[in-house]
Amino acid sequence: MSQLIPLFVIIPLVAAFLIPIIGKFLEGFQKVLTSVAFLSLSVLTVYFICAGTGEPLLYTVGGWEPVRGIPIAIYLVADGLSIFMLAITSVVGFLVSVYSISYLNRFTAQNNFFALLCLMMGGMNGVVLSGDLFNLFVFMEIAVIASYALVAFGIEKQELEASFKYQVLGGIASVLILFGVTMLYWKTKTLNIADAGNILRTSQDKSFVVFTQLFLITGFGLKAALIPFHAWLPDAHSSAPSPISAMLSGVLIKAIGIYAIIRLFFNMFTLSDEMAVTITALGAVSMVLGSFLAMYQWDIKRMLAFSSISQVGYIVTGIGMGMIILARNGDQRVAALAISGGLFHMINHAAFKGLLFLNAGAIEHETHTRNMKSLGGLSRSMPITASTSMGASLAISGVPPFNGFFSKLIIIIAAIQGKFYLLAALAVLISIVTLAYFMKFQKYTFFNRQGARDRKKIKEVPFAMCFSMIVLAVLCLGLSLLIFPGIREVVLDPAVRVIMNASEYAPSITGF
Amino acid sequence: MILYLLCFLLFLIGLYGVITRRNVIKIVIGLVFMEFSVFLLLVLVGYVEGGEAPILDETIVSGPFVDPLPQAMVLTAIVIGLASNAMLLAIAIRLYKKYGTFDIRKINELKG
Amino acid sequence: MKGMSVIVKKVAQLLSGLIFMYGVYIITHGHLTPGGGFAGGALLAGSMILLVLAFGSDVMGLKKRETGSSIIENSAILVFILFATIAMLVGTRVFFHNFLPGGTLGELISAGVIPLYNIFVGMEVGAALFTIFLALVIYKEEVLK
Repeated sequence: MSQLIPLFVIIPLVAAFLIPIIGKFLEGFQKVLTSVAFLSLSVLTVYFICAGTGEPLLYTVGGWEPVRGIPIAIYLVADGLSIFMLAITSVVGFLVSVYSISYLNRFTAQNNFFALLCLMMGGMNGVVLSGDLFNLFVFMEIAVIASYALVAFGIEKQELEASFKYQVLGGIASVLILFGVTMLYWKTKTLNIADAGNILRTSQDKSFVVFTQLFLITGFGLKAALIPFHAWLPDAHSSAPSPISAMLSGVLIKAIGIYAIIRLFFNMFTLSDEMAVTITALGAVSMVLGSFLAMYQWDIKRMLAFSSISQVGYIVTGIGMGMIILARNGDQRVAALAISGGLFHMINHAAFKGLLFLNAGAIEHETHTRNMKSLGGLSRSMPITASTSMGASLAISGVPPFNGFFSKLIIIIAAIQGKFYLLAALAVLISIVTLAYFMKFQKYTFFNRQGARDRKKIKEVPFAMCFSMIVLAVLCLGLSLLIFPGIREVVLDPAVRVIMNASEYAPSITGF
Repeated sequence: MILYLLCFLLFLIGLYGVITRRNVIKIVIGLVFMEFSVFLLLVLVGYVEGGEAPILDETIVSGPFVDPLPQAMVLTAIVIGLASNAMLLAIAIRLYKKYGTFDIRKINELKG
Repeated sequence: MKGMSVIVKKVAQLLSGLIFMYGVYIITHGHLTPGGGFAGGALLAGSMILLVLAFGSDVMGLKKRETGSSIIENSAILVFILFATIAMLVGTRVFFHNFLPGGTLGELISAGVIPLYNIFVGMEVGAALFTIFLALVIYKEEVLK
């Protein structure tokens, strides 16, 4: 089974480079190939989840075996957390590619779009699977360079400006991450995450470790758009074509930002109290400020982008609380609860934020505007968009029985049990604020009859777009099943176990 | 030691350029300075005092070798830097076309 | 895009072949000497760019070249991935495994698949750099008038 791991990188890359050649001569090839490739990735992921044994699967690229116990090959590691992330990337990627089939009809240069989408997918899968610091950096750059180009895909004033901002801040983030990798290599003389973890665990040089950690957290924080590193996100995510916004907000900031933070700070560095508090504070600040900034937006996609910052704050807060408890040797059960809340919110956020951006794309596709003030009364003319976006809005604001309610509930329960009363209160308050601005979105876009003009011309979007939206809406309901023990043990628990038993990651790969 | 400090100086020059310059092209140049200061540091990390090139040869039997891995990493990082810089410059040209200026104070459609 | 004077044209004509040959040398000896795919590919692209700059070309010609070079680029990287994937089917069945015999140290034909990888990386880098150059030039010629 571990023979299949490189396919997660090979399939999207081959698709990405076949499209510019064959797509030139064959109409529609690019759309079919992208959807088929992403569908096969989803099938592979489902196979991996079902056949998961709990042990991390290893793959040594090039067949270089360890010399005297020191790993020298590039490792691909598929453990619970990686497979959990792969499930998010491939399923959302598949639905986005189906949605793009119709959405892209009014654009030229469709080959470029689909090739870059495949490239971004390959990069993200590589980041998630890589067991090696430098490859993590390389795959991350592949993903973000593709996303720079995709943000500027519309080549109008705003897109270009957003892409330039994104590139400058992303470039600084990459430099900081590369600097962190350099420092780690200098100290440990290895790039393998597990091996470096073994060495750092016995190292006494605390100031060096903190120095490196600060650079890495700044770099990955910039990629994950935690406040105060968020300046690029609202521009980039609102200017990109809508399927790409769904991909960026739903998947990319998690795969290259939060996943990397989790992997490095739990599995490589020894858990330290200061870092845990820093991460939790960043998460809490993002959670609060992001939602208040979102309240003042009248551009739909801009509001959704700010809300992404806030929801990512929830995820980081949940995981950070678990980190604090583990670092202080607190109650293991509470830590597991907090971390599973964070991860659960991560998969939920991919589902509902992806869906909301696809809804925004559908609205823009039909009405050619994103300003809530000039919209209105769309619930009659676009029933599927209206109903699915209602579901997603309820899910993101935490209304039962949608999935967002359960993940927020778990985070809040964990906060109370871990005696973080302030965080619990903030989480409840922000949930109410979220409900407020999504009600505003619903009212002004779908129900407000006064603002509506020439509603007759507006119809429901084509089938491919509806298909993706309906599947994601069903996922928004269906993912709440993850709280039931039988399903949770298959999907969520392997990922939580990897984080909880953080120190077991290194021995399971290097063997000591 | 002086070399490491010079790397850091180069990094600071780049950062100064990114922060204070108003011209889009100069910002790109500042970013390239930052990138290359880190590449330089990466090469320095692999340097061994009096080390030989790590090539299998009859004349070189033993002795300290310089670390070849940072060199491979720097090459890869340079290729990545090439791609991202090409991307940045392409965007800069298109910005010039749309706004008619390279001044970032005038390129401010997105706010709030 | 206009060409340059006769002197520049003649010198570019003389030099570009030499630069191209040097690039090919660097690529094919990548496993023996410093250099390899990326450095050699940059030289290949340099020789082509020199010719385009010296002789100039109209937009149609530039576009034709861009199509050609982007197709070369994509097929080169596909062949690269193909080699890496073939390794999953033969020998020890590992991605990127060197499945050809190593040969003797220091010979031109040795080191298994590595020279092949170098050749295709060289093609890829040369074509990619040339494509980037052409894309920027075409944009300047077409739009910034």
